[in-house]
Amino acid sequence: MSKIRVLAAKPGLDGHDRGVKVIASALRDAGMEVIYTGLRQSPEQIVSAAMQEDVDVVCLSVLSGAHDYLFPRIMELMREKGLEDVLVIGGGIIPEEDIPALKQAGIADVFGPGTKTDEIVEYIKANLKRSVG
Amino acid sequence: MSASSFDGSLQKWQASVDKLLAKRPERKAQFNTISDLPVDRLYLPQEPGEDYAGKIGFPGQYPYTRGVQPNMYRGRLWTMRQYAGFATAAESNKRYRYLLEQGQTGLSVAFDLPTQIGYDADHALAHGEVGKVGVSISSLADMELLFDQIPLDKVSTSMTINSPASVLLAMYIAVAEKQGVTPDQLRGTIQNDILKEYSSRGTYIFPPRPSMRIITDIFAYCAQEVPQWNTISISGYHIREAGSTAVQEVAFTLANGMSYVQAAIEAGLDVDQFGPRLSFFFNAHSDFLEEVAKYRAARRLWARIMKERFGATNPKSQMIRFHTQTAGCSLTAQQPKNNIMRVAFQAMSAVLGGTQSLHTNSMDEALCLPTQDSVTIALRTQQVIGYETGVTETIDPLAGSYYVEALTDEIERNAEEYIKRIDEMGGSVSAIEQGFVQREIQEAAYKYQKDVESGERVVVGVNKFITNEEFTGERLKVDPIVGQEQAKRLAKLRAERDNAAVDANLAALKTAAQGTENLMPRILDCVRVYATLGEICDTMRGVYGEYQAPVTI
Repeated sequence: MSKIRVLAAKPGLDGHDRGVKVIASALRDAGMEVIYTGLRQSPEQIVSAAMQEDVDVVCLSVLSGAHDYLFPRIMELMREKGLEDVLVIGGGIIPEEDIPALKQAGIADVFGPGTKTDEIVEYIKANLKRSVG
Repeated sequence: MSASSFDGSLQKWQASVDKLLAKRPERKAQFNTISDLPVDRLYLPQEPGEDYAGKIGFPGQYPYTRGVQPNMYRGRLWTMRQYAGFATAAESNKRYRYLLEQGQTGLSVAFDLPTQIGYDADHALAHGEVGKVGVSISSLADMELLFDQIPLDKVSTSMTINSPASVLLAMYIAVAEKQGVTPDQLRGTIQNDILKEYSSRGTYIFPPRPSMRIITDIFAYCAQEVPQWNTISISGYHIREAGSTAVQEVAFTLANGMSYVQAAIEAGLDVDQFGPRLSFFFNAHSDFLEEVAKYRAARRLWARIMKERFGATNPKSQMIRFHTQTAGCSLTAQQPKNNIMRVAFQAMSAVLGGTQSLHTNSMDEALCLPTQDSVTIALRTQQVIGYETGVTETIDPLAGSYYVEALTDEIERNAEEYIKRIDEMGGSVSAIEQGFVQREIQEAAYKYQKDVESGERVVVGVNKFITNEEFTGERLKVDPIVGQEQAKRLAKLRAERDNAAVDANLAALKTAAQGTENLMPRILDCVRVYATLGEICDTMRGVYGEYQAPVTI
């Protein structure tokens, strides 16, 4: 059975990567294949990595408040590249009232501080848009 | 340590206190508890052990375990310094003036990410980030607005700026010139600690070698021209926020400090000339007594390193003077009011650990940028500790606790072991390039998360005593229009300034960057003619290139 492939990405300029690295480790421990982009990735770079790596899931992490621009921009590029079947989730310091607009833009769900990593693992398994395996 | 040596140190301490008192009286003529019992300045063991004076000693004396001043907070409380800054220079200026009116005693400037990475507000990568986590500064014109009506000879200003610290410091000096304030009157700090950016915080621009050169240029320039300025704030704060343990925080911070000292000595500077202007920045996390022990251990260890390894003889070079901030990473989005208590305990640990200045986090920081109300509560927390709790009336009140002294020794010993390993790798620059520091931090962060998820480590409101309480308070949001307005201001600036002067000064900076002369005077020339931050950093990028981070996961 093939593994679920995940791109863990840090769009924008913020350097807070503790969360994304913890999640990457947890997803890996849960048997997924995880690729981490490193910091300061433009939306274009992230979408191109998602395509090249043929991932099933993209996890975006932003703690600077720039999610309101970056998340929708990434979703726009994902659609342009025909990556509608990739599950995209977000995390970071994201105010509750911003979440509906992000979901509207195509982010499947947003996980804030205090979320258990198990919860994210289960969410991914239950919500994949492609059949993996 | 013989009894006579103990007595000698005691007399020396008493003499240093007398000298201080002759200059300035303490906060009160007599210190008493609430029950009116007298509180002595210092409490000592009845029968000091052999190693007392060498290991624990007296406040203001080597190895500074009990603090860096002979009378600590009896003389003056720490500087209450709240990190703030958002959106535009004009709005941040308003917040600073408000905080100063509320009794805050120093400013601390937060810059937005484009500024911290040396991009102007109209750069493509700045899109969505302008004014978000701090104030946007693209040129001297913004800096003039930021400090409008704030007399720079009266306040001390801390600026959280690293890779482009030279540029922001130059802008600060230029604003002061316009106020008629000379550089030698300026007091403050630039963070200027690039090594922890590579390992933990992420706002690097240039590769390590040229970055170290810029830093030593700043040391040399300030030693001559801005002598009261703290030229670096060697920061464990972000290392801890990235997930390290307390031991790693001490070890990696001091190892970075050693790299700066080594680089400056290699650049021909005298350790006792720049050493006194080195300052430090630590985290105050939730394990109360471990934190108290951590500050004491860091002071003792650094004193020994400076004295024994680098031959510093000036006591001020041997002292760790440090700022502390409570742990942002310990704050929870769940039941956010609980964060007020967390911050209070953390702040208290910093005070019992002898901090020189303190930022207390706001309860809403796991949710959004702090609102004015929550910032005020955070500042009040410091005032309650300082004026009501009595812990400031005697020096280092936890000294002699079996547990605190044992933990102090243990943290020091473990940190030394790490430093030895880093030495063996060729110092912290190599250890970071190899990804060693990053991996150690990452492993600690993951372990902490697993402990929280398994319930091994309790976080109230997150994995125990859970409710479905929703945060109902006000949230601060930055208007997205800020980015467009900044771009317009920049376009206007570029059209109106003397562009020939800008080009000439940028060219001179380029030549200096290719050679070995001190960059600071050149950077000052550039900012004075309103060359932008982005233009100055691009000039240096052209010479030095950009750092490519190893991905360690």
